[in-house]
Amino acid sequence: MIRDVLQELSDVEEQMPYADGQLLGQLSARRLQLLDACAHLTAEDKVFLSRHAHRPKIGAFISALFTDFFEQRGDRQGKEDPSILGGIALFHGRPVTVIGHRKGANLEENLSYNFGMPEPEGYRKALRLMRQAEKFHRPIITLIDTPGAYPGMEAESHGQGEAIASCLSQMSRLTVPVVTVITGEGNSGGALALSVADRLLMLENAYFAVLTPEGFASILWKDASKRAQACEVMKLTADDLLNFHIIDEIIREPLGGAQRNPQALYRALDEAISRNLRMLCSADGHELAAKRRQRYRQIGRSI
Amino acid sequence: MSTDTFTPCSACGAPLSAAQWRHHLRVCPSCGAYQPLGAHERLDLVLDENSKVELDKDLFGNDPLSFAGYSAKLASLQEKTGLTESAVTALGTIEHMPVVIGVMDSRFLMGSMGIAVGEKITRAVELAHERHLPLILFCASGGARMQEGIYSLMQMVKTSAAVADFQADGGLYISVLTHPTTGGVIASFASLGDITLAEPGALIGFTGPRVIEQTIGQRLPDGFQRSEFQMEHGFVDQIIPRSDMRATLAKLLRLHECGVSSE
Repeated sequence: MIRDVLQELSDVEEQMPYADGQLLGQLSARRLQLLDACAHLTAEDKVFLSRHAHRPKIGAFISALFTDFFEQRGDRQGKEDPSILGGIALFHGRPVTVIGHRKGANLEENLSYNFGMPEPEGYRKALRLMRQAEKFHRPIITLIDTPGAYPGMEAESHGQGEAIASCLSQMSRLTVPVVTVITGEGNSGGALALSVADRLLMLENAYFAVLTPEGFASILWKDASKRAQACEVMKLTADDLLNFHIIDEIIREPLGGAQRNPQALYRALDEAISRNLRMLCSADGHELAAKRRQRYRQIGRSI
Repeated sequence: MSTDTFTPCSACGAPLSAAQWRHHLRVCPSCGAYQPLGAHERLDLVLDENSKVELDKDLFGNDPLSFAGYSAKLASLQEKTGLTESAVTALGTIEHMPVVIGVMDSRFLMGSMGIAVGEKITRAVELAHERHLPLILFCASGGARMQEGIYSLMQMVKTSAAVADFQADGGLYISVLTHPTTGGVIASFASLGDITLAEPGALIGFTGPRVIEQTIGQRLPDGFQRSEFQMEHGFVDQIIPRSDMRATLAKLLRLHECGVSSE
């Protein structure tokens, strides 16, 4: 398991500055072995990394990639859902709207953000921001990292299904460029609702799936503990999804995961987003929307 | 005397013969519980006699993830139900007004949506769009089909985008929610109707009740996520008994002046 590899790797790296001679040689050799293990990850390892407590979250991405972020709160219908973070910012000096699921860095934050599991009001806020982006001709960048839409009583009473459906239908018609980056876990309709994009990018160790592997195992095999098996058969890794032409590009992470060297990841991500936005920004808005719908129309057309 | 075998109502146990079940449109005359209606039974109930022209009849799903046992499961269900997939789409008329209609059948893998269902629904929407016809979809689904993984999830976007395109051009879409309409189907085309109807007592929601109960650690109240609850919360225009469905659809078509233009 990658968990043990990462633990030993950090132990070794902690000891190295205090070692010399033969011990240092042994530690360096062991470190290389462990890094090599990090280069050969199973699907389950990637699911683990995508949910790693120290993996960069939306707050860190916004600080690293954007300037002048101005948060916009509330759905204008009675509620603010902090599990989705959105607002206006500058990306390389150009105004954009950035929206994504918000997970916390610790338990306290996670409790206040509901672990990144939105309620319908969160999706309605996101839609409000997207329509505003369209009004002011701002490209939209969405960042996906969620265990799923929140399965609660109030969420159901307020139309979780309707809120997600509205995101899908309205995002398909937006006349501004939409670039989505799946940064962590991308589960089910709760992730999909913010990912109807012209360009769909994915971090190397992120995943995108019809349901959590645990939920999948529990539905199909009545056994949530068969997660490892589910991770394999679901074909949910970035490599799988690139092969399926569901995503457009994989952004490589540092060996052992984004949390080991976030700065390196931010540089790669910055380059990828600006390159993709450049490709889209010259296009006519209505052509862009038609092309976006066509992109999804093709999935499973040839049966 | 009839030699029919009697099938008990799944809710109250009242025994009814096959002919009686058909006569009562599969609504139990003792307790009023709604039993599932097969896709073709539903079409026959709603469309004018002999008006049905089935679309994409031979459109089969495939097995994009090479999921163990899935192809065999599809084959056995096809044999058992006589359906090729969990949705049937057709052209037909209701009181002589032409419509494009789709019906999901919960007997086929809980009406779940994989590539074939997503494709059939999308083609139905596109046909309605091309021919300027109203679209009626009877939804019944456990949600996205697990065995087709991410491809199933993407059908939510495909169908929703097709509906959005159709509606932006002035198309009329009537969504009818029947038991159960959940998961990826309520979170896509099922929720996008210009008019949303429901059958009485249908379970309608994104997350199934068992998962909600596990999450919040308490029992859900009676009637939670049922049609009546959804209407109270603003997600359904009207609840229509099965026996009134055809007349209601005809009325809605007339209110949209569907019989007026020459087709």
